[in-house]
Amino acid sequence: MTEKIATRDIYGKTLVELGKADPHIVVLDADLAGSTKTVDFAKVFPERFFDMGIAEQDMISTAAGLAACGKIVFASTFAVFGSGRAWDQVRMSVAYTRLNVKIVVTHGGITTGEDGASHQANEDIAIMRALPNMTVIVPADAVQTTQVIRAAAKFYGPMYIRLSRAKTEVIYGDRDLDYQIGRGIVLREGDDVTIFAAGIMVAQALEAAERLQTEGISCEVIDLHTIKPLDKELIIRSAEKTGAVITAEEHSIIGGLGGAVAEVLVENCCVPMARVGIRDTFGESGKPDELLVKYGLTPKDIVFAAQNVIKRKR
Amino acid sequence: MTSQEKIHEITAIANKLRQHIIAMTCAAASGHPGGSLSAADIVAVIYFYLLRHKPADPGWVDRDRFVMSKGHAAPVLYAALAEAGYFPIDYLKTLRRIGSSLQGHVDMLSLPGIEMSTGSLGQGLSAANGMALAARLDKKNYHVYCLLGDGECQEGQVWEAAMTSAHHHLDNLTAIVDRNQYQIDGKVNDIKNLEPFADKWRAFGWQVFSCNGHDVKALIETLEKAAKIKNKPSVIIADTVKGKGVSFMEERPLDYHGKAPSKEEEQAALAQLCQLKDFEI
Repeated sequence: MTEKIATRDIYGKTLVELGKADPHIVVLDADLAGSTKTVDFAKVFPERFFDMGIAEQDMISTAAGLAACGKIVFASTFAVFGSGRAWDQVRMSVAYTRLNVKIVVTHGGITTGEDGASHQANEDIAIMRALPNMTVIVPADAVQTTQVIRAAAKFYGPMYIRLSRAKTEVIYGDRDLDYQIGRGIVLREGDDVTIFAAGIMVAQALEAAERLQTEGISCEVIDLHTIKPLDKELIIRSAEKTGAVITAEEHSIIGGLGGAVAEVLVENCCVPMARVGIRDTFGESGKPDELLVKYGLTPKDIVFAAQNVIKRKR
Repeated sequence: MTSQEKIHEITAIANKLRQHIIAMTCAAASGHPGGSLSAADIVAVIYFYLLRHKPADPGWVDRDRFVMSKGHAAPVLYAALAEAGYFPIDYLKTLRRIGSSLQGHVDMLSLPGIEMSTGSLGQGLSAANGMALAARLDKKNYHVYCLLGDGECQEGQVWEAAMTSAHHHLDNLTAIVDRNQYQIDGKVNDIKNLEPFADKWRAFGWQVFSCNGHDVKALIETLEKAAKIKNKPSVIIADTVKGKGVSFMEERPLDYHGKAPSKEEEQAALAQLCQLKDFEI
């Protein structure tokens, strides 16, 4: 049984580690510190933590002001609020100004669960990647999350990093992970179809690849954690190799990883492609695992999509 | 006690700023003269009396910060920066031209001396709070000023920020509201009534001052009083006239929010502004 750790738990711990190393790090939250785990930082560095209350727009522009004075700012809330409620502030106070603000959100996607549709961010990647100067990352597991947060502290500029609520399988436990922003990771080589995935769907993709193997289908599985800037060369290279592409994301099929990959393929290497994701609908309350089944985000869904996309190969 | 000489000097500068506002918006055939003119005396006092800053070293870490939250009043800020020596005065005529550092709404990446990019109303006070908090973290004693429009105070974020300022006892922050009474679609109080405006700020935990926004002496005295307030942020509600200094703009405040003067209007406006003799200033 693979270990499961919540990526947000790791976020809290990593922030403390970073805070010890660099006094410029300042953390903001919007009344969700207990959930996003910025509370860990708050306990150790109360003078460098500001809970802005239920005021996400204020939080983002305040983060910009702090960053303008040389602080390395991490601002956290739920994905729906950090991306949606404060979109104009992210756009104008952070992306347009290129200030050093890392918007690290938790509760991305449908696995937010019981809180239901209002709290399930299925459009956040689409609206964040549309912003110039924004780096958008969806880590796949706890190990990668540590690397991502550490890399974020070193990287100068606006970032949107999306974590989940639920415990997720550790993928990078034994694998050597030399994390680099923007560099996709080939987790499994194959010849028949490429599965590009991010976040929790990476584990689902690996499971799907195992099942497809038993049917004689060889899958290449690539972790495209950085949705922006996208590892275009890797996408093209793999698509040219396998001739068929699946994308899998805990996000709408509109505008997220699927949209981004399709944009690259259509301009460079037209191969049959199919998107696994939320099919342009809002979510609902339920247990995370039940929701993944109902909304088509399981290994079975990836297998089905892969089988069909291969049929479309010329 | 500020000298009469100093008051005259700043009043004369404010008049210069008004001339620049007219000239640059005319040259651009675009821009916001009304709300820039109403703020000219406020900006003159801040940049030429109050602000500790170094035009030759815009990044000086200990400088006071000025956030123009009403980012469309860019012309008055550009005029002040030019007069202060941040860039040549001649450059003002490139306002809004493609490739110019003088963007339509202030852009911190284009122009040294701009502390925060604004334009989408309601964000500046939050940013100013961030700067004030940074000062505290760094144990620095620079002051942060933030100029807001009155219409801008209809944006909810302004009140989120106002709560933050008071909650954190940001006495190193002074907000000024350019209360020129008009927004685009009509009088502010007819569109979304701000009254009782002073009471609102008080209720949010601020020390509130009111003054005539065109009386340099009163502005100086009020800003100095505000600086002495401890433990709470201060706001100065400056009563102003949209289009101040140009009679036909003052008479038709709804017409000159975002409409630049024509060549003829420029001539007429400059004639009014330039004819003020020393003894009238």
